[in-house]
Amino acid sequence: MKQFAERMGTLGLIACGVIAVVVLGALFAPLIAPYDPTIGSVTQRYQGMSFEHLFGTDQAGRDIFSRLLWGARSSLTGPLIVVAVTAVFGTLIALTAVWWGGIVDSFLSRVLDLLFAFPNLLLAMLAIAVFGPSLTTAALALSVAYIPYSARVVRSMAMRERNLPYIRSPELQGIPGIVITARHLLPNVAPLIVTGATINFGFAMIELAALSFLGLGVQPPAADWGLMVSSGQQSLLNGYPAESVLAGLSIVITVAAFGYVGERLGGRAAAGRKA
Amino acid sequence: MTFILRRLAALIGVLIASSFLVFSAMYAAPGSPENFLVQGRTVSPEVLEAIRAQYSLDDPFLVRFWNWLTNVLHGDFGRSLANQQDVGDLLAARLPTTLMLVTLAALIIIVLGVGLGILAGTRGGIVDKIILLGSNLGFAVPTFFAALILMSIFSVGLGWFPVFGSGDGFIDRVWHLTLPAFALALPSSAVVARITRTSIREERDSEHSVMARARGVAERLVMRRHVIRNSMLPVSTIVGVHIAGLIAGSFVVEYAFTLDGIGTLLVHAVQRKDFAVVQAIAIVLVAAFGIINLLVDLFYASIDPRVKVETNR
Repeated sequence: MKQFAERMGTLGLIACGVIAVVVLGALFAPLIAPYDPTIGSVTQRYQGMSFEHLFGTDQAGRDIFSRLLWGARSSLTGPLIVVAVTAVFGTLIALTAVWWGGIVDSFLSRVLDLLFAFPNLLLAMLAIAVFGPSLTTAALALSVAYIPYSARVVRSMAMRERNLPYIRSPELQGIPGIVITARHLLPNVAPLIVTGATINFGFAMIELAALSFLGLGVQPPAADWGLMVSSGQQSLLNGYPAESVLAGLSIVITVAAFGYVGERLGGRAAAGRKA
Repeated sequence: MTFILRRLAALIGVLIASSFLVFSAMYAAPGSPENFLVQGRTVSPEVLEAIRAQYSLDDPFLVRFWNWLTNVLHGDFGRSLANQQDVGDLLAARLPTTLMLVTLAALIIIVLGVGLGILAGTRGGIVDKIILLGSNLGFAVPTFFAALILMSIFSVGLGWFPVFGSGDGFIDRVWHLTLPAFALALPSSAVVARITRTSIREERDSEHSVMARARGVAERLVMRRHVIRNSMLPVSTIVGVHIAGLIAGSFVVEYAFTLDGIGTLLVHAVQRKDFAVVQAIAIVLVAAFGIINLLVDLFYASIDPRVKVETNR
């Protein structure tokens, strides 16, 4: 624990704190949020900040604080799906390619090259055009777009480990490849996977929010940060900035926190390799 | 030369495979392809016949793909399923806005990103701290949020720039596209600035720079000839990657500023489920993405001959 704090530094610990607050807010949204996020009243439109409405209300009279809390749920689950699916499949592909090598490796590399040919958002929009807009479609499509990044990094590191004695000698003893990969190779590339997932989390959050902003991700009236930036656009231009700005800042702060922690973890993984 | 040919062959292979992916995507949708293409719109029997012909639905699958691909290669992207306009014409009308937006954003990334990176890397002190903090936060700002903030400050608040639209004529267009280009370039500029700074720091302490200083070469000359010139090598690839990435980022910014570019066309096509337009744009963008990436690689190989040997994978 002390070691972790040292690695993170002051800013890193603050970033961890930010992440913890956002996650707790999302988890306990039903308990903390003072109002229903989707129901407003026309008489309560565009209220300023007050004890009654901490961050005021939006154009439909809905409480912005409650919507931010509930919005944290979809804004976090989306990226969580992306990094989880990406990590599992990226690692599976990378380790399969490394263990068998040869023709398996070059086939899998070609498939990854094909996915690399699509800009992430384009692949997501293609999938949404086929399966219809929803958070699940957007998140799964983005996962497919992210797999090559994760797979390439894990592959290159696992490739270096492949020929080291601690992998070669159990192989000579006739221990099955799947056992060696799971017992020895995977734990050694695991820090890299965690770092990659942390950094990807931020990117996934931005891209999913962008899809929601375009009306292709989370659908109204649900609360979602990207969607709130979009639905507050008109209010912002009319002089009521609260909804868009607060939702946008929530994204910026969360993404910056994940990015910083990921970078610190990256330093840790690299240092661990040299020791 | 063989390096270029091999990369070109790889690109063509990837383009054929990705066009197959784009074409066959619609068969992954639930229901018959016909229903998927029509999407509950009421269409006359003639139009339905035209759609069937456009996708040659009476032929076997591979023949359908072949017909579609040869049409695309001849510049015939078919007709929009929503309003029967020629997709090629739609694309051509919207290309200039997108091209100009991406070009402006690329210039901003080079000037702002690399410039600030060099400033932070060579100066140190408070300048360095501010730029580093800015780049740490800058990459986390979604382009659509930057777009809204810039719009509300500079267009609505100060009235310096127009709020919506793309303008006519060259000067007017640049004026209309300045804010969108800044919004689009912001995250990439932040990343480029940080990488430039790191690269300069590494080069500054390298042996040849230390040696030059030891010989008594003036610090300014060491910076210009040894440090900055050599540190641009890794920076140029990152800049290239980010310029290619602008293609996807432009959808969001165009939509936020309601510019009449390809990105807005794509977003509307996805919203209206006009799959013919989606397919055409996807193919064009994947090709553009591949070509830019290839050019970046070739450029990199031409300024650093070591790359040719290393990338023979």
